[in-house]
Amino acid sequence: MPIDPKKHEMPAQAPETRAHNFNEVALGYSEETALAEAERCLNCKTKPCVSGCPVNIQIPEFISKIKEHDFEGAYRVISKTSSLPAVCGRVCPQETQCEKECTLAKKFEPVGIGYLERFAADWHNSHAVEKAQAPESNGHRVAIVGSGPSGITCAGDLAKKGYSVTVYEALHTAGGVLVYGIPEFRLPKSIVAKEVETLKELGVHVEPNVVIGKTLTVDELFDMGFEAVFIGSGAGLPRFMNIPGESLKGVYSANEFLTRSNLMKAYEDDPQTPIMKGGKTAVVGGGNVAMDAARTALRLGAERVYIIYRRSMEELPARKEEVEHAKEEGIEFLLLCSPVEILGHNDPDDPRNAKNGFVSGIRCVKMELGEPDAGGRRSPSVIPGSEFDIPVDTVIMAIGTAPNPLIKDTTKGLEVNGHGGLIVNEDGLTTLKGVYAGGDAVTGAATVISAMGAGKTAAKAIDEYLSRKQ
Amino acid sequence: MYKILRKKSLNPTVTQMEIEAPLVSKKAKPGQFIILRVDEAGERIPLTVAGTDPAEGSVKIIFQIVGATTEKLNRRQQGESIHDFVGPLGVATKTDGIKNVCIVGGGVGCAIAMPVAQEFHRLGANVTSIIGFRSKDLLILEDEFRACSDRLIVMTDDGSYSRRGNVTVPLTEMLEGGENFDMIITIGPLIMMKYVTLAAKPFGVPVTASMNPIMIDGTGMCGCCRLTLNRDGNKVTKFACVDGPDFNAYEIDFDEAISRSRMYSDFERHAYEETCNLFKKA
Repeated sequence: MPIDPKKHEMPAQAPETRAHNFNEVALGYSEETALAEAERCLNCKTKPCVSGCPVNIQIPEFISKIKEHDFEGAYRVISKTSSLPAVCGRVCPQETQCEKECTLAKKFEPVGIGYLERFAADWHNSHAVEKAQAPESNGHRVAIVGSGPSGITCAGDLAKKGYSVTVYEALHTAGGVLVYGIPEFRLPKSIVAKEVETLKELGVHVEPNVVIGKTLTVDELFDMGFEAVFIGSGAGLPRFMNIPGESLKGVYSANEFLTRSNLMKAYEDDPQTPIMKGGKTAVVGGGNVAMDAARTALRLGAERVYIIYRRSMEELPARKEEVEHAKEEGIEFLLLCSPVEILGHNDPDDPRNAKNGFVSGIRCVKMELGEPDAGGRRSPSVIPGSEFDIPVDTVIMAIGTAPNPLIKDTTKGLEVNGHGGLIVNEDGLTTLKGVYAGGDAVTGAATVISAMGAGKTAAKAIDEYLSRKQ
Repeated sequence: MYKILRKKSLNPTVTQMEIEAPLVSKKAKPGQFIILRVDEAGERIPLTVAGTDPAEGSVKIIFQIVGATTEKLNRRQQGESIHDFVGPLGVATKTDGIKNVCIVGGGVGCAIAMPVAQEFHRLGANVTSIIGFRSKDLLILEDEFRACSDRLIVMTDDGSYSRRGNVTVPLTEMLEGGENFDMIITIGPLIMMKYVTLAAKPFGVPVTASMNPIMIDGTGMCGCCRLTLNRDGNKVTKFACVDGPDFNAYEIDFDEAISRSRMYSDFERHAYEETCNLFKKA
């Protein structure tokens, strides 16, 4: 049978329907489609896909299990190396990782590895009855700071080895960026909750409402008997552009806008946490977070949503699939544009006018791209005299975050680099003995899977460190 | 879950609760705050720590019933619990080198000002407290302030108790009389803090204002509590949750802070009415 050159398409809610609801966009493969897609895998000996995966999932092996109709087996292969199969199957940028390396991709479209991973994980979640078993304790205690992807991964790997693990979370719900950042329509919160449940079944204690650096310090964790600490506290402080008008009412950081909608459920019919909805919204930035914010604004009822990005579509850093989805839903892309000022309502005749101080528009300039710089990126420059205004009611700044200084400021000897990221070696070890770190707290804003990779590396190093100590 | 150990009404709209939260209790210092959620679906609101009893593991909070969440919180009784309680957040009030301090509190802000006054008293500083309320029936914590102040002046806007007028009146008199405060610390409504700052300015006395903007996470993640400082001719953005809540009052853009504090006033009014109606039906 000749190989189908095209990946089987992922069924999805129709754009005009999904633009008005928060249900998941991509609906998942049926068994038939999964079997057919699995057949496209050549099961090649060199397995280039595995080397493209930050957590080394044995991809041909799990796809072979799917071919054999052993879906639970496929899940088990994935979960040997990944603590979050259902999450990764949804949010990983496979096109730049495993699927990019796929042998098939040389001539055709690569195998839909991400779609198959999601299929196996979802099959497990809806069929498996067996609970994860906590292994026998080895008596060693490890504290994990933050319950995002790096923390969950590190905790899961250590718990499977018999460590007694406690995860401290600053917010009231575990999951980190998976619950406050990534919207329901891309990653249903029930899936994150399930992954956290699995972690608890493995014996991991999850303590919400504890801010390390405030409620407890890293030093106190050691005093309490923890022998190693992993810091996966995430990226923290949102960046603004430092242009006039950023303090007007209606200007949000993407973190705030998404947290209000996702974590605080401001999208529900009768929310207790407010959010500005309706009207016109401009999202500044071109990453996945910008796409999430724009699509959330649309679902909250915005008439028009613009993405304002200073380079061209080619340089847009968001995942292709997300950009495509956003376009289909009617998000408008204003490329080669950069904001210079946010404009506000100001009625000088009536200082009590309720509209005063709210956003009325955004002033932008047009940009052009120069020659590629040393890093290969074409840097944009302003076209003189190109200013123009767009009337909007809400502006969302999605231009990245800086690492949170809370832990660094309260932990003597913990060093950071020029960007504020914690300094670690190849094992994830910080400048302090027994203290490891990974994820955005080290790298600044990056992907879920790279954070998971860092959590995995650190778990291995912590295991070696504590085994040596015995 | 965090248990309400004791509950007391300070006036018809202000309630004091002591909450069982041992980790927070051990750490909290005057000027710091906590964030709580009353129930599973509730919003996160910041409240300043009004005192602690580390031996008991309790944290005192004092809140004014101003909206849906504080109304729901006020419905919780002694022995019941609240869902989430996290802290201590923010930076504690700086006390170093201050020997003669004036604490200016307004309304429920006095609840935040009280532990600050107590701390200065404990450290041996000379404490002048000026506390202001709209009227006599809204007066709170007078005895507590008297106990920790070398001088206490109570003001009411309508003159229904003690002296009539706002807090800037006695403050200006003292400053004109040559009073040499090392620091004025003002805690209360934004508009009051703005005028306290303006009153102190001609005398060159340093003023610290404790800001209480809208917050969500309280750890610097969302940026919702940002405010603008005018520092050496430059505009600087700071986050009240991690950089504050105390700031050099002369640098604060109060008008912007006042405007931002009203971002959700329509929503809040509506939610409050809904909640009240809900309780009426029940």
